[in-house]
Amino acid sequence: MAYETVIGLEVHLHLKTKTKAFCGCSTEFGRAPNSQVCPVCLGFPGSLPVFNRTALDYAIKVALALNCKVQGFTKFDRKNYFYPDLPKDYQISQFDLPLSRDGFLDIEIEGGPKRIGITRVHMEEDAGKLIHREEVSLVDFNRTGVALLEIVSEPDMRSPEEAYEYLTNLKSIIGYLGVSDCDMEKGSLRCDANISLRKIGQKEFGVKTELKNMNSFKAVRDALVFEVGRQGAALDEGKAIIQETRLWDSEELETVTMRTKEGSQDYRYFPEPDLPPFVIEAAKIEEIKKTIPELPAQKLGRFIKDYGLSEYDAKILVSTKEGADFAEECFKAYPNPDKKMPANWLIGPLLSEANLRNLGVADLGIQASSLTELLGYLDRQEISNLSAKVVLAEMLSSKKPAAEIIKEKNLLQVSDSGALDAIADEVIKENVKSVEEFRQGKTGVLMFLVGQAMKKSKGKANPKILQEVLKRRLADA
Amino acid sequence: MELNFLTAHELIEKLDKKEISSSDILNSLYKRINETDAKVRAYVRTPDTKHLTPSTKLPPISIKDNICTEGLNTECCSKILEGFKPPYDATVIKKLKEAGAAILPLKTNMDEFAFGSSTENSFFGVTSNPWNLECVPGGSSGGSAAAVASDEAVWALGSDTGGSIRQPAAFCGVVGLKPTYGRVSRYGLIAFASSLDQIGPITKDVTDAALLMNIIAGYDPYDATSADIAKPDYTRALENNIKGIKIGIPKEYFVQGLDSEVGKIIEEAITKLKSLGAVCKEVTLPHTEYAVPVYYIIATAEASSNLARFDGVQYGYRTPNSKLPTQNLIEMYKKTRGEGFGEEAKRRIILGTFALSHGYYDAYYLRALKVRTLIKKDFDDAFKELDCILTPTAPTPAFKIKEKVDDPLKMYLSDIYTISANLAGVPAVSIPCGFTKNNLPVGLQIIAKPFNEEALFKVSYAYEQNTPWHEMKPKI
Repeated sequence: MAYETVIGLEVHLHLKTKTKAFCGCSTEFGRAPNSQVCPVCLGFPGSLPVFNRTALDYAIKVALALNCKVQGFTKFDRKNYFYPDLPKDYQISQFDLPLSRDGFLDIEIEGGPKRIGITRVHMEEDAGKLIHREEVSLVDFNRTGVALLEIVSEPDMRSPEEAYEYLTNLKSIIGYLGVSDCDMEKGSLRCDANISLRKIGQKEFGVKTELKNMNSFKAVRDALVFEVGRQGAALDEGKAIIQETRLWDSEELETVTMRTKEGSQDYRYFPEPDLPPFVIEAAKIEEIKKTIPELPAQKLGRFIKDYGLSEYDAKILVSTKEGADFAEECFKAYPNPDKKMPANWLIGPLLSEANLRNLGVADLGIQASSLTELLGYLDRQEISNLSAKVVLAEMLSSKKPAAEIIKEKNLLQVSDSGALDAIADEVIKENVKSVEEFRQGKTGVLMFLVGQAMKKSKGKANPKILQEVLKRRLADA
Repeated sequence: MELNFLTAHELIEKLDKKEISSSDILNSLYKRINETDAKVRAYVRTPDTKHLTPSTKLPPISIKDNICTEGLNTECCSKILEGFKPPYDATVIKKLKEAGAAILPLKTNMDEFAFGSSTENSFFGVTSNPWNLECVPGGSSGGSAAAVASDEAVWALGSDTGGSIRQPAAFCGVVGLKPTYGRVSRYGLIAFASSLDQIGPITKDVTDAALLMNIIAGYDPYDATSADIAKPDYTRALENNIKGIKIGIPKEYFVQGLDSEVGKIIEEAITKLKSLGAVCKEVTLPHTEYAVPVYYIIATAEASSNLARFDGVQYGYRTPNSKLPTQNLIEMYKKTRGEGFGEEAKRRIILGTFALSHGYYDAYYLRALKVRTLIKKDFDDAFKELDCILTPTAPTPAFKIKEKVDDPLKMYLSDIYTISANLAGVPAVSIPCGFTKNNLPVGLQIIAKPFNEEALFKVSYAYEQNTPWHEMKPKI
């Protein structure tokens, strides 16, 4: 039977504040276990939380960028549950008066744009990390109390691909705001997915499962794809879906039951009495709004319009703020009104080089002006495409300007037709058989002859002109 | 006279004149503790003298077992905090040390986690009332009050969530003040009910209470609920003049349940204040009757969450009767908490957990919060025309040990006159105002509007200067 997939995502995001949400401990990743702790984040008796206002500013920034309504009056609540990674045995979170509600995020899908609703963005604190050994379990509290944002989407996604798009766009936006590393491997971005199937045309949602333990966007997509198959097969067999939490096993590539939810767990939320509720002034919201840069969606539209890029190219270029800014610098430095050339180079050789080095294009150490200088040689047909790539590689390693490298390597192309005539004649003389074939109508042979001539010129001949010269000499001879 | 019998301000005078040193006071206190504490049992544990600072500007102070003192056992008189030595000082302890006071290295007894009105719910056993060793000292700060009353302490700190400073002060015939919520930092006070708890002084007279408040009050950036308001010099309110001061007597406090002897003594105190020039009139606090139920919902709800952290994972007691937590975590939690908490603690955790449970939250917790607002409004309205409100501190004098221990509801009613001040967040003091025929002290409670502790000091000082009660000493 055909089913419609319904997906909602819950994203947890570490805010990149220097100190934790409610104490002065550092948030630096990767330090010795339990080296960044104090009585407050360890939940020692008598200690009290004090809210980090930078975390609030960051949270408001994210909420606004996701088109949420920031609430003027908000408070923290306690979410009560026992677990060894939670030293107070309650988490400071937000329940009925979250920081913000009712936002959206636009994604591109086949057939155009689609708007995914955002139910709420709220603030909370992270728990510690459990490390299980054979005999014991250890707790590292370094992460305990780090400021987290929970971003809850509406169940608006209809395929694993849409979920993937949502996450990619979300990460891109957060990256533009500079408030989180969004690194799933380091745990600074975590994503749980709720998924259910329903018969096409049915209004009510089906029974959902919650998927956890995905450590990349790809894993989220894979887990959802698996779950679509599993639930679909079960429904086809007339089996009921059990509401449960399932863990993604990235080795076996399947989801497995973690715990079955018998109703929902009672967290006994109540207002956190140690932190008075607070008012967020409209002026503050306006002030933060001003610090939000042009976001990827707007930038995408502008790149297409201002620089005549294809949507495909523009989308790649705007995915990070640093990359987009670098691209824009290149476009501005590039004198030609048609920006196809710099776009191709940014997306092609530069991006693959950056990916190899695990860097952003902007971090390769090449100036926009140096790149456009190099592209100028290409435009003037003074060097070959192949040579340009050699020059770029040299520029990246030696940081020398393009002109110097071209001179050193003697890469300027020969466009002088007198010199090329001689080469063409030599090639015609040396390849009698191929010339014969060409004359009998096998025009494909021409490229072989051009190749031979290129070899003779040691790659320095301008291939276009060379081709014309060859054609002309073949006709003459 | 032995130094331990003097008030803090008398001792400070002698210290300033270099007539005595702080170690003289300590020796005198230790001598007294050795002589009488076997009977009173105001302190838990024996002194750990290596923590003593040799010479200080101020007399040493006795601290309730729920206020964190760095490196010194702080166990809330509970088995579950067995051996807990905090790695830090509470803000009030820091302030005391900075002001030049030594912290007596043994803590005062209390009801476990401040759950009680008689100090009978202590893991370390009951404290006796110095005026009658068969009676309770009140609670939960019974140890601090009994120590001050028996001259085993110069002055002391207690904590007050529903009357835990004022009621034992009344039972023991000493001064006990609960500051405005937010006036004194709670950082380092092991929480019972975060929205109600305040630390405050228990002293031999009103002057000592003002001196102690001068040290401990004030904004603390480590407590988000502390008020960022300038702190006055409270000793300036100690003037023997209350002419024209307007005092309200709430009719709801003089009803059935008030011991007739206590009622009479309070009447006499009112007469005395009138003779000193106070203008007294009857007022109404219409929601008074709801204070006890509202309190027992809010306080237990917060406590159920505050006490969750005592789970055997990081500190304190962990059951030896369970498999490794890795193998059975839930069993470790259950046994640790089952074995570590006393009866009353368990009762309150269960009550609070219930009040916050899904499906009951609106009917209990949320409703209680709404009524709390009404109770606060009662006080706001009353204080529009008043400087102070005057009531008995407790409905009865000290009762016998074990008399109410099996009847929690009866026990809860011991706090019927003190609870409203915590719910409303207003400051209140209990001062001695007479004795019953059986020679048990009676306390007079004075309540003022938020951040007007000066009014409390003004009225209580004038009353004290014109009555002999604070000079009475029990024979132990």
